[in-house]
This record gives sequence, structure tokens and C-alpha cells, in this order.
Amino acid sequence: MSEQEPSAGGYSAAAEVAFKRTRRSRFERLRIELGKASFSAWFGMLVVFCYMVVALLAPFLAPYGEAEIFPTPFAPWGDEHRFGTDQIGRDILSRLIYGARNTMGIALVTTLLSFLIGGTLGLIAAINRGWIDQIFSRFVDVLMAIPSLIFALMLLSIFGSTIASLIIIIAILDSTRVFRLTRSVAINVVVMDYVEAARLRGEKIGWVMRREILPNIMPPMIAEFGLRFSFVFLTIAALSFLGVGIQPPTADWGSMVRENASLIQFAKYDFKSALTPLLPAAAIALLTVAVNFIVDWFLHRSSGLHDE
Amino acid sequence: MMSSADNVVADTVSNTMDNEYLVDMRGVHIEGFSDEQWHPIINGVDLQLKRGQVMGLIGESGAGKSTLGLAAMGFARAGCRICGGSIHFDGIDLLSATDAEKRKLWGGRMTYVAQSAAAAFNPAHRLIDQTIESATRAGARSDTSSGGMNLHEDAVELYRALKLPDPENIGQRYPHQVSGGQLQRVMTAMAMSPRPDLIVFDEPTTALDVTTQVGVLAAMREIVDTYNTAAIYITHDLAVVAQMADVIKVLRYGEEVEQAQTREMLSSPKEAYTRSLWSVRSLEKQEAKNDDEILRLENIDAAYGKTKVLHDVSISVPRGKTVAVVGESGSGKSTAARVITGLLPQLGGDVIFNGESLPVALANRSTAQLQKIQMIYQMADTAMNPRHTIEEIIGRPIDFYLGLNKSEREQRVYELLKMIELDETFLDRLPSELSGGQKQRVCIARALAAEPELIICDEVTSALDQIVQEGILKLLLKLQQEFNISYLFITHDIATVKAIADQIVVMFDGKVVEQGMKSEILNPPHPEYTQLLLSSVPEMDPDWLTRLLNEQSDRAEIMNR
Repeated sequence: MSEQEPSAGGYSAAAEVAFKRTRRSRFERLRIELGKASFSAWFGMLVVFCYMVVALLAPFLAPYGEAEIFPTPFAPWGDEHRFGTDQIGRDILSRLIYGARNTMGIALVTTLLSFLIGGTLGLIAAINRGWIDQIFSRFVDVLMAIPSLIFALMLLSIFGSTIASLIIIIAILDSTRVFRLTRSVAINVVVMDYVEAARLRGEKIGWVMRREILPNIMPPMIAEFGLRFSFVFLTIAALSFLGVGIQPPTADWGSMVRENASLIQFAKYDFKSALTPLLPAAAIALLTVAVNFIVDWFLHRSSGLHDE
Repeated sequence: MMSSADNVVADTVSNTMDNEYLVDMRGVHIEGFSDEQWHPIINGVDLQLKRGQVMGLIGESGAGKSTLGLAAMGFARAGCRICGGSIHFDGIDLLSATDAEKRKLWGGRMTYVAQSAAAAFNPAHRLIDQTIESATRAGARSDTSSGGMNLHEDAVELYRALKLPDPENIGQRYPHQVSGGQLQRVMTAMAMSPRPDLIVFDEPTTALDVTTQVGVLAAMREIVDTYNTAAIYITHDLAVVAQMADVIKVLRYGEEVEQAQTREMLSSPKEAYTRSLWSVRSLEKQEAKNDDEILRLENIDAAYGKTKVLHDVSISVPRGKTVAVVGESGSGKSTAARVITGLLPQLGGDVIFNGESLPVALANRSTAQLQKIQMIYQMADTAMNPRHTIEEIIGRPIDFYLGLNKSEREQRVYELLKMIELDETFLDRLPSELSGGQKQRVCIARALAAEPELIICDEVTSALDQIVQEGILKLLLKLQQEFNISYLFITHDIATVKAIADQIVVMFDGKVVEQGMKSEILNPPHPEYTQLLLSSVPEMDPDWLTRLLNEQSDRAEIMNR
């Protein structure tokens, strides 16, 4: 009985019931996903795409130079200056276009830096736990206890409002939140057997972080990247509005709102001119909303919760 | 979401049939949606169940057992649809019933016992509230008008019938305050509370230890008998189903292979596939001795925090042979493995490998030492990175330890795949695209890739179906002969031990109860614990459980586990 008759059921390891996916190229998979995206996600992607085109092609799209000064300050809307000029006679439309490049570029670099710092420290804390985790986490708690805008204002007035210090300060303050997220999602992955297997193999911590853990925490990280980008963008705009952010003559939406804010009082004489300070504000709002739409869609997709 | 043509068929069937059957499924087709297309899961299966009858559904994973069991309740999991056939429950056409109508039946006249009790309970509510919740909500019991008290008292009665300890007060506890076996019994009480006509048991004892399983099985069988409830019992363990079911139905690839009365099915299975299922437990290795020792644990003490889990454990593993470490969960089997691998530094004692003492902590061991001892895990799912392809998973140890160049490495991965009886079409797959057995094979290949001398197998077959288990065990035996690898095989399944071991170590409560050659341990006289462990292993005899329960002198001890 033990030497069984030729396994008449026909057992073979390769023929076990397994769920095999159809091989699809990256492009095909993307097309399927996009086909299922909601309207708001499409809207978000379209807006972000337009912003990116404007930012990249700024010198070709802008009618005038970024800091080119014309004789008439506060010129009304007209053919020569589509949205008029600002308080020292610079073309508003050109500055709006260049502003996309500056504000978005700085926000992007800042977010990347904050993810590099927060992500690395978060992964290290999750892998090592123990006292390293305690030190990092408590330090982050301290940083988060101070309202970040006020803290940023303070640090900027100490270190001066150069673009480099702006990027580094906001990146560090923002990396606290990235740290927390990375640590909490990575902790669930670190306990998996495959991470233990890698450690038993004798892998270095860098390999474990990069190859074993990182690919498995990407979806929440990408979603967080979108959200953090929006917040960094708003913070920079707010700081610029307060006058400690991006400094003139560099065009920036936050400072443009401030510089032209006084025009709003003239609404009863020239309604169009009064709208001028609202244009950069609308640009900020639209981008933030668009990015959030995309993040919503992405989170919904990767959460595994699906409508019946 | 079924087509109108099917509806017509269903109606004609229902007209011709009387209520002889409680559940009457005919020609059921179920499809699942994945990877952007619909795949068939069940292809036209009939299932008839009379009142008070227990049907065992068996088959390997992927055979569609659970899907069919749920379909008997008119339920399709998210991403699945019932696309053909008819399902009647006590004359009610479940396929044309609205969700509201079905919801009235669910949790009232039909209930469900899930595999993982720990995952099925809400951790924030007391057990008794969860036990009577569905009965209260469904209003299925006539006495609900007289208030919740009756249901409470009834739940206590059920707890008593299921032999839970302290039935009056156990309901006041939270799910994390009782053991897995107890939780599974509470879930059975929950399912019984509305006095349903039908209970679907979905692998209720698969996650339990053998010694715990016996008590739970006995309790379930008794309560189903007492209240004359019809039940569908889904499992891949034949010996278990033999104890529970009146009728057995064998499924494969979503189709029925065979159905017969339990005794008839066990004594004379008709189909070849069924016979192959039956023969699985007969694999047995000839034990052999070897005095050349590869690994020795000397008086190991170990602790998690302040809780001491290993007390003076000494185990010796001969070269090229298999030592099985048996014991229920919590007996310290896996902890011993963690000490050997260096994941849990021991408090005292020595791990001696190839004559030299291994450094206590993982970080202090050399790459060569790490390479010689490899580990295979119980859950192959979590042991492989879901984002790596099979080629990366098997190729990494080759890279890491042997540093072969790209083409040599490719060649080696290919060889390893052949060794584990898979082919090169698997190279670019992800772990999620493999079956349970294939996953475990890839894990074996990963361990082999390092060219180890000792492999620690931590319950490597316990999550698998029997027929797949047999394949894995044969593979391990073949590899041992070919490469003279030693195994430290941790398991709680005695059939597995018989199949693979040369020597046995019995552990209980962090201590070694007994160790020696397989023949010595498995034959009497036994220490008390070994006796209990051996007698708890289900046998393919429908009378086994009854006999065991009669024999068990120390019955109370098992029941309270």
C-alpha cells in the first residue's frame, strides 16, 4: 500500500491549482488602471499635467521676462499685459507662469528631501526598534509638538531666507510626519518571515531596507508623497505671503498674493484688477485640489476596498 | 446577476421538486473575477442535503470547497458571482431572493463557522454578546419577545454543552482572553444560538493543535447531533471528516469527483483520485542511525523578556538524518529553532555545530556559519517577499553566498527549479501566482541554493493539503538522500513524523519529555504526554473519535485545553 499505484490522480507539483496572472506590459497595466479611474482622478491628472507643462516650458510660454520691469506699475488688464502689472511694473501673467516653475520646483525638492530623511530614519527605527527607535521617535515628538509654521518662521529668521535654508528647514520639519508613517507601515513588514529570512542570510541593513521592505510599503508612501507635496506647497506659499519665503525678484505665487493684495480694495472702480491677487491664490488652490484628487484615487485603488 | 435563461431552468427545477432536501443545489456554476477577467471556480456541481445530515466536503486547496459551502447559503464572496444552476434552501429559491430576504436567513436559519476564530471575533465585545448577537438581530427564536435573558441562559447552556470551562462566566471574557480551541467552540455556540437548520463549518479545526482538535471535534459533533442540525463540513483532512460526516463529497478543479456514504467511501473509493487521497498517510521512512553528530544543543535555557520558555533543553542531530521535534504550540519547539539560528540568544548552554560552538548572537556569526544552517518556514506566503520574482528569490542566496556570475547563476536557478519539480515557466512569477505547495517548494529551493548542511523545517507542511504534503515530504526525503542534508523537523503532526523522521524529540512546556529513535518513541511504553499526543492523531476510521472518547480516562484534561 505504501508503494502506491502510479499516482492515478496525476499529482504533479507544477500542475497544482495556482492563480497565474496574464503577462502584461507596464503600458497595458497602466491603460487598464486609467480606464477604471474616476472622473475626479482624471481631472486631477489633467490639471497636474498642465501645470507641469507650464512649469517646464515657462520661458517659451511667458510673454515677458520673469523680472522685466515696465514703466507703469499696477497697469490694468489689457492687450499688452493680459493680467496687468504689479506694484513695480512686472507683467503678472509672466510671473504667474514662472511662479509655477519656482514654487512647484522648490516644493518638489523639499518633499523629496523630507522623504529621504524621514523615510530612511523611519526604516532604521522600524528595523532596529530598541533605543534607536526611542531616540528618533521622541525627538520627532518634540519637533511635532511645536506648531510647524511658527517654528519654520523662527528658524528662517535665524538662518535667513535663502532658498537653500527654506528647503532644508521645511524638509526637516516635514520629515517628522514621513518618519511616523514610514515607521508604522514598515513595522508591519519587518515582522514578516521574509525579512527574518534575509537577516538570517546575513544581509546588510541597506539591502533589507531597499529590497525587502521598501517595495512593500510603496503604495502608502506614494499617496503620502502626494499629500505632503500639497502641504509643503501650501507652507511655502504661506511663508512667502508672510515675506520670509521665496525672495524677490524670484516669482512666487505666495508673495504675488501679498504684493497685489491691496488691489482688492479697488474692486468698485476696476473689478478686473481687483481679481489680480486672486489669480495666484486660485493657482495654488487648484493644484492642491488636483493633487488630492489623484491621491484619493490612488489610495482607494491600493486599499483593496472596492465598491460592490 | 444571473442570466434569464438560467432563471427559467431554476424555476422548472423548483416546480418538480418537493421539500425532501433542506439544501438542494443543482448544476451550480460560480465564477471569480480576477486579473480583469472571469474565471470559473465551480463548474456545475450538485449538492443535496437532508435535514440533520452532515456532509463533508473535501479536496485540495483551490478545489472550490469554501466557495461551494458559502454558495449553499446563497452567498458569493466579493469578486465572485453565482452564474448558473439553482440553489434552494427549504424550498426558497436563494438565487432569486433579494439581499434582504437572504439576510433574514443568514445568521438565523443558516450560520457559518469560520476557519480562523481569532480573526472572526470582534476584539472589542464580550463573547456572550457576540454569541447571541445574530439570534437577537434575526429574531429567529420565538422567545426573543421575553427579553435577552433567555438567550443569555441559552448561550450558557450551549457553552456547557460544548464543554467550555466555567460556562456561567466565560461569556464575560473578551476574545483574547480565551485559547484558540475555546474560541472555536464559542464560535460554534454562536452558530448554534439561533438554532439554525444549516451550519457551514469552514475548516474549523485546521488551525488547532491535534490535542485541542479532538475536544473541539467531539463538541461540534455532539451539538450537531443533539439539535439535529444539518451541516456542511469543509476540510482537507480526511481523518477529521471521517469522524464528522454522514456523507462525503470529493471535489477537484471545481467539479465533483465522487460522493458516497462515509463508510462506503472509506472502505471502497471508486475514483482513482479519491484512492490517491486515501493513500497519503501511508508514507513511512525507514529509520537509520548515524553517530556522526552535526548539531548539538547542550542544556539550553532561553527566555522572551522575563518569561522563560526553554528549560535545560539538549537535542542532538546526526549528520544526514532527520530529527523530528514534536509537541503542541507553546511547547518551545520553534523557540529552540530560533536559538539555533541565533535570532534568540540563549541565556545559558551551548549550540555546537560541526564540533564548534556557534556565537550566541546572529550578528557575530560568520557568513559561512550562516550559510550552513538554513531555515524553511511554516507559512510560505510570508516567507517570500511578495514583490520579488521566483528567480530573484532563489537567485539571491546564490549571489550572496556563492557569488556566481550571471549565466552560472541562471543555470543554477534552473537546476534548483528542476530539483523541486517545477519548470522554467515559473521564473518570472510572483509568489502570489503560486499554489501553497509550489510556494513551499520555492522556499525549499531557496534553502538549497545556499548549499546548507542543516535545514530547520518549522512546520513546513502543516498549512498544506495532505496530497501536497506528501509531495513535499517525498521531495525532502529525496533531497536528503541526494545531498546528505540533515533536517531538524518541527511539527505537531504524527503522520508527518512517521513519514520523515529517524529520531524524535517530544517537547512539552519548554522541556524535553523524551527523545530517541522513532521506533522507540512511537512504541509503548510512553510517558503520559506522549501517550496523549499519539492518541490525539485522527485516524481514517469513522469510529476513531467515539472510541478515543470512551478510552480517554483523563478526559477532563483534554476537554479543557
